[in-house]
Amino acid sequence: MTFDCSVAVIAGGLSFEREVSLRSGRRVADALRERGYRVGQLDADDQLVKSLGDGQFDVAFLALHGRFGEDGTVAAILELLGLPYTGSSYDASRLAFDKHAAKSVLRRAGLPVPAAIPLAEGALRELGVGALLDRAMDEIGLPLVVKPNRGGSALGIRLVERADQLPAALMAAFGYDDTVLLERRVAGTELALAVVDGLATLPAVEIRPKEGWYDFAARYTHGAADFRVPAEIDPAVAEHCLQAAHAAHLALGCRDLSRVDAILDEDGVCQILEVNTGPGLTTTSLVPMAADAAGLSFADLAVHLTDRAVARRPR
Amino acid sequence: MRADDPFRDRYARGTRSMTASEIRALFAVAARPEVVSLAGGMPFTAALPFDVVGDVLDEVLAEEGPAALQYAGGQGDPRLRDVLAELMRHEGIRGSGGDVVVTEGSQQALDLLARMFCDPGDVIVAEGPSYVGALSAFSQYQVEVRHVHLDDDGLEPDALAETLEQLEREGRRVKFLYTVPNFHNPAGVTLAEDRRDRVVELARRHNVLVLEDNPYGMLGFERDPPDALRARDPDNVVYLGTLSKVFCPGLRIGWALVPPALRERLVLVKEAADLCSSSFTQAVAYRYFAGYPWRETLKTLRDVYRERRDVTLESLAEEFPAGVTWTRPTGGFYVWVRLPDHLDARAMLAKAISARVAYVPGGAFYADGQGGSCLRLSYCFPPPARIREGVRRLAGVVEEELDLLRALGGVPTADPDPDGDGGRPAGWGGVQ
Repeated sequence: MTFDCSVAVIAGGLSFEREVSLRSGRRVADALRERGYRVGQLDADDQLVKSLGDGQFDVAFLALHGRFGEDGTVAAILELLGLPYTGSSYDASRLAFDKHAAKSVLRRAGLPVPAAIPLAEGALRELGVGALLDRAMDEIGLPLVVKPNRGGSALGIRLVERADQLPAALMAAFGYDDTVLLERRVAGTELALAVVDGLATLPAVEIRPKEGWYDFAARYTHGAADFRVPAEIDPAVAEHCLQAAHAAHLALGCRDLSRVDAILDEDGVCQILEVNTGPGLTTTSLVPMAADAAGLSFADLAVHLTDRAVARRPR
Repeated sequence: MRADDPFRDRYARGTRSMTASEIRALFAVAARPEVVSLAGGMPFTAALPFDVVGDVLDEVLAEEGPAALQYAGGQGDPRLRDVLAELMRHEGIRGSGGDVVVTEGSQQALDLLARMFCDPGDVIVAEGPSYVGALSAFSQYQVEVRHVHLDDDGLEPDALAETLEQLEREGRRVKFLYTVPNFHNPAGVTLAEDRRDRVVELARRHNVLVLEDNPYGMLGFERDPPDALRARDPDNVVYLGTLSKVFCPGLRIGWALVPPALRERLVLVKEAADLCSSSFTQAVAYRYFAGYPWRETLKTLRDVYRERRDVTLESLAEEFPAGVTWTRPTGGFYVWVRLPDHLDARAMLAKAISARVAYVPGGAFYADGQGGSCLRLSYCFPPPARIREGVRRLAGVVEEELDLLRALGGVPTADPDPDGDGGRPAGWGGVQ
């Protein structure tokens, strides 16, 4: 950087991923300071608009995960304030955050996604949809995955292997969103595919949970999962998966940075689970891991994203 | 490249189960001011006389500064130990300051005693539910905790006898009975007078040391609790006390009153752990209890907590749906709430926090996966209006969950280990 630039790193908020977001934000702030940026760390709370509106910042770095952040809420505020920010727009964030809506868009773009049925809590409580649960299970098939339609970090996600596990799984998932998905369980190799605009493709990360699956504890406990970077799969297949991820990023209108979570199924098809517009940037997070494997330090990545936002400043 | 934890094969067995848990992520949000937290048992330190505390600090620095900022003996400041011995007299304990060991809160005493007595595979018998911090401390030493049922009058002696006999038949080594007889955390109940001698006698007969943990004994709202277990059997009861609730937790002062035979070894274990507790905070505590009207402050605290208890019980009665039951504490910080069967308090927590109210799910207070439909409410910290609002919000969440449960046909099987932590308490560190 040759000019003086002041960055608001926004992290925290009221999302259930608050703690993870604070860790991401701290790491971004440290990296940018090290590279000579002036940095202020802001929580996404009732003081946010006031702090952003007083003209001290040139640009915002969004390190938010989950609701009231990754879902476009803060992007909308920044657009209103006319302050450029890293990452996807309000529209794209909101679309990607709604797993079921995003699935429809990806499917129309010709990208394979696991079949899923959305279920609203209101429909269960008031429209007697409970009577249709068996049919839904038949349609998706067991085992299936129950997940909140909106939310991240695997919070509230349960694997259902037997029909009698479904009610408890639904109760847990409804804790995080009023709509949940019953999604076909895809067996295969779990992949995290980073898409960073303006950079050469980053390698695919393969996730090998030590026990069970890549749940919340495995995500944020050092050593609870093994990773392979690049993924130990056929390089041509890996390239195909990364292309699919890039196509998903474009189909949803995402910008700057996405992490596409996918499973390479047993038939070699790259099934896209979700597109995260506010991926984790902690020391155990996957995008920094992929960047590192490509020789790009965390600070390089943070600077690259910040500079893209700076370039969008109104002239 | 492997980007995992380079130390993962080297951790001690006792800490391997400590993982980031879903519940910790939820508590990170629960700490936000928008949320009414009925979760943590934080004493209401704003009620302390800060002018007095300031005077005490000045006095310590002026009159004994160099010594107060120096290392001291591992057993603790003798002046403070005498004051603590005096403090215990009102529970019928005739102990000497010479048998008191000062610790960093009574939490450290739990750790040191488990370290001193327990090998992997040993058994500790505890109430069910039991204090989460004790379960966390014990789990580091890979002990098995066997819970004994608790009712409105505390630990059930018949159930205790049965458990001790069963363990004897199994050939297990029981290292101690851990009990919170007064205003129990989390259950809020108090061990009845007519059960106390029996509990002490059972422990003695089965050759099991009693660990009597009494953080809340001086916070009785209607009357003082019956005499301590320690008063009934000084040679087989270790009594743990703390200044955290009668003064403040920030000084980190607790203590163990041990049978004379244990004193020397406990002091050695303490010195091996941290040489000594803070000379400075011990001097502050000594002067506060020796020279200032601390009983007045205690009375203020009791009045604050009594009012909050009343508001909590009133609000529960007004707001909660039929089928929910709860205990009626006569002191201390906690109400234990039992939801209708099949409601999972842990799965419900995310929804509660979205509704801006937090509690601790009951499973935290068991080492064996029980307590799923229970939860603990702490009324010690939020002001009465916030408690009312919090209980109202929680009642709404419970009603929604009951509706949802009915819509799902009523009886889900238990949520299978959502945190992947085997229900172990290690993920609950920091919950008081």
